[in-house]
Amino acid sequence: MSNNLVMMPLLIPLFAGILLIFFNRKPVVQRIISVLSSVAALLVSIFLTGTVFQNGIQIVEIGGWAPPYGIVFVADMYASLLVLSTAVIGLTGILYSFRSIGREREYFFYYPAVQFLLAGVTGAFLTGDLFNLFVFFEVLLMASYVLMVLGGTKRQLRESIKYISVNVFSSALFVIAVAFLYAVTGTLNMADLSVKISENGQTGLITVIAVLFLVVFGMKGAIFPLYVWLPGSYNAPPAAVTALFGALLTKVGVYAITRVYTLIFIHDKAFTHEILTWLAALTILFGVIGSIAYWDVKKIVIYNIITAIGVILFGVAVSTPAGIEGSIYYLLHDMIIKGALFFLAGIMIRITGTADLRKMGGLISRYPLPGWMLFIAGVALAGIPPLSGFIGKLKVIQGGMEAGEYAIAFLVLFSSLLVLYSAMKIFINGFWGEEKPIAGNPDVKGMVYPAVILVALSAAFGLGTEFVAPFVTQAAETLLDPSIYIDAVLKEQ
Amino acid sequence: MKRTNLKTNDLILQTTVNIVFFIIFIFSIYIFFAGHYTPGGGFVGGLLTSSAIVLLLLAYDVKTVAAIVPFNFLKVAAAGLLIALATGAGGIFYGEPFLKHAHGPVHFPLFGEIELASATAFDLGVYLTVVGVTMTIIQTIGETE
Repeated sequence: MSNNLVMMPLLIPLFAGILLIFFNRKPVVQRIISVLSSVAALLVSIFLTGTVFQNGIQIVEIGGWAPPYGIVFVADMYASLLVLSTAVIGLTGILYSFRSIGREREYFFYYPAVQFLLAGVTGAFLTGDLFNLFVFFEVLLMASYVLMVLGGTKRQLRESIKYISVNVFSSALFVIAVAFLYAVTGTLNMADLSVKISENGQTGLITVIAVLFLVVFGMKGAIFPLYVWLPGSYNAPPAAVTALFGALLTKVGVYAITRVYTLIFIHDKAFTHEILTWLAALTILFGVIGSIAYWDVKKIVIYNIITAIGVILFGVAVSTPAGIEGSIYYLLHDMIIKGALFFLAGIMIRITGTADLRKMGGLISRYPLPGWMLFIAGVALAGIPPLSGFIGKLKVIQGGMEAGEYAIAFLVLFSSLLVLYSAMKIFINGFWGEEKPIAGNPDVKGMVYPAVILVALSAAFGLGTEFVAPFVTQAAETLLDPSIYIDAVLKEQ
Repeated sequence: MKRTNLKTNDLILQTTVNIVFFIIFIFSIYIFFAGHYTPGGGFVGGLLTSSAIVLLLLAYDVKTVAAIVPFNFLKVAAAGLLIALATGAGGIFYGEPFLKHAHGPVHFPLFGEIELASATAFDLGVYLTVVGVTMTIIQTIGETE
């Protein structure tokens, strides 16, 4: 039966975003509304996750029209966990913005744009309809265009032109892919699509459409040959915005690939999932090459996003139980830790006034807390056992071994080493060594604790894996057995 | 164009616009209400209303039009969104799913029984948003030096 609770994580940021437009000249009111709505969204997400854990998949039939005729919102465990992490990132991102974003951006609708971004991301995770997914992609992309260009520096303007061009192109491709799929199957509801395709068989045409969807979502989620737009674009806006982008936007693409490749296009795995496996491997490879090549703090973290996307998709591509579970663990871990790393990179850039590692050094004596937070985050990123990155990578590698992809599983292991190298490069060059004169703003009060929250969460996630495990297992069950999802959505037929 | 000190006299244009504005505006309202049974609705209705205001902008200058239509169009757009969202959320309070629409005859003192649907309120939200967004775009570009 319809449960409106599913809509709440979407409606709260949407309502807050609209409300904030009326208060663009009152920064204090904006901050209060933003925090209140984020806290409310977080609580609702926790409640939703608990409900899904106890009572199974929750759906809401919008307007009371039964699927496949109406739009349906589906909260399975996978989507709920991602909505929950989105709410966490949203809250910490807003707290981080207070001290870092500046008055001019606050006046020009920064907080409404953040709320619309969160609404778009949440909607994309929860929707059960392909065209609706497109709409939410556009909602989050429109908000991200605003956030990327807001401030109007030369670099932001240049990079936002690239970013918008790439995304407009991939959105057009998305519409074309949806049109093809609709022409072949006559439906857009994901559960119904899955049923229709398993009834009529995955013909060559549908496999082509599956690859087209991989291209579309790969462009949004930055996988190997389609990631070229990402390093420049994510480097342009301020750290608070990059943290939101790095933690949320590419993950929506990853989520969409996972969803369509575990629910809809599952009958020709030898072809589609083999492509995905190799693209994931190349994504990992090119990600780590980028992350060890640069001396720019933000660039290093940005290339680590690409590596992580490869790892997550490799887990999905092998589609063994261990691989899927691993990719879920790693996705949740990566959202949290990328947020923390961008917050900390933003703090370093603000203190030193430069993003170049060769021009900074010796920060640890004056800034011990950010320093050690960066150390822990870097170690967690590489997947050192007590922290959050370990279990995900372990399971992904286990899944890869079980599927016989030994070479790529070893590539994942080897990539961890280089990821650790890149993270330690930031730590050693930034925080150790000779103390160099500080050229930026030494006041970072209030910017550290959102990072502390995320690092603590990451540590708790790593230490309390036993507590998280049942949730992830339930999420993996749904992804491995599409009939659970289909039955929940289409049960009243 | 060569700059002259001669002031151009837009008498014909302005007089025509004064009349045509109301025709277009009323037609846009008609289109808006016709949306349920015939082609039309909030989107085209909103665009037509904005085009009427744009016609005013062509005949007069930005300041005069701001005095004639004294709205902050950004807030109009936000109000439209709020109305649309409130219409959708209204269903929740009656234990129905989001965006469940109600319809039925409503008695008015002057007009008698009229069939009303809450989808019209959603459309009103769309209408206001379209007007607000279009006018914000045009005014912002027009004012930029």
